[in-house]
Amino acid sequence: MSKDKRCPVNEMKLEFPGRSINEGFARAAIAGFAAQLDPTLDEINDIKTAVSEAVTNSIVHAYPDKIGRVMLRGRIFEDGVLEITVKDWGIGIEDVRKARAPMFTTGNEERSGMGFTIMESFMDKLYVRSKVGKGTTVRMLKRIAPRNTAR
Amino acid sequence: MKINVRDTEDGLVIQLSGELDHHAAKNALKEIADATEELVPTICTLDMSEVTFMDSSGIAVVLGLYRKMSEVGGKVIVKNAPPGAMKVFNTAGLERIVTFE
Ligand SMILES: Nc1ncnc2c1ncn2[C@@H]1O[C@H](COP(=O)(O)OP(=O)(O)O)[C@@H](O)[C@H]1O
Ligand SMILES: [Mg+2]
Repeated sequence: MSKDKRCPVNEMKLEFPGRSINEGFARAAIAGFAAQLDPTLDEINDIKTAVSEAVTNSIVHAYPDKIGRVMLRGRIFEDGVLEITVKDWGIGIEDVRKARAPMFTTGNEERSGMGFTIMESFMDKLYVRSKVGKGTTVRMLKRIAPRNTAR
Repeated sequence: MKINVRDTEDGLVIQLSGELDHHAAKNALKEIADATEELVPTICTLDMSEVTFMDSSGIAVVLGLYRKMSEVGGKVIVKNAPPGAMKVFNTAGLERIVTFE
C-alpha cells in the first residue's frame, strides 16, 4: 500500500464498536470532517457512500459472530486530498483481488457484492490490505477541487 | 428508515423514507417480502422520493423485491430515486432489469 508520508493539515480518528447503528454515525462524522474542503453535495454523497460501504464491511464480514472494534480515520492534505482509512481487527480476506471483483460476496441475500466496486468508482483511489486472522485496512483517496469562492 | 405499504389501484406501492443502509435493509427486505406474499401484486412500485441516503444495501433490497415479483410474474418499478441512489443503481447496472421512473 502506498503510504502518504506528507504531513496532513488536519486529521481525525474515531473508534467505535461494530454495531450497525454506527454506520450512520460514521457517515455523519466523515461528512462533518470533509466539510472544511467545501465539497459539492455530489462529492459529499460519494464520500458518505464509500465510508458506509467500508464500515458496513467491517461490521458484517470482519466480525461474523461478535461485535468488534472499527476504526475510522480522516486526513486532509494541502492539495485538497481527503484520505479515509477504515480498519478492523477481524477475520481478514483470503483473496483481496477476488473480493474486489463486482458481484463477489460471501454474504447472504442482504448483500450485493458491489461494496468494493462502489468504493472504487466513487473515490479516486482504493487500497485494500488484509491478513487472514489479523484484519483489514481499507484506504481511500479523493481530491476535492477548490471551488470559486464567489458563491 | 420508515416503510409505508399501500395497496392501490395501480398495484402495490412501497414508500421508503430516510436512510437505506445495511442497518435498515434487513427490516426493509422483510416488510417487502411480507407485503408481496400477502397481496401478490402484478405491479410493485418502490417509491424512493423520501430516501435521503442509500448505499449498496439498496441494491440488495431492489433485487430482493425483483426476485419476489419474478416468482409471480410481476413487474417492479423504482420511482423517484434521488441522484445519489441512482448513481449506486447504475454502478450495479440495475437499469437492465428494473424500470426506473
Ligand atoms: N473488512 C472485511 N473483513 C472480512 N471480509 C471482508 C471485509 N470487507 C470485504 N470482505 C469480503 O469481500 C466481499 C466483497 O465485499 P463487498 O464488495 O463490499 O460486497 P458485499 O459486502 O456485498 O459482500 C465480502 O463478501 C467479504 O467476503
Ligand atoms: Mg460490502
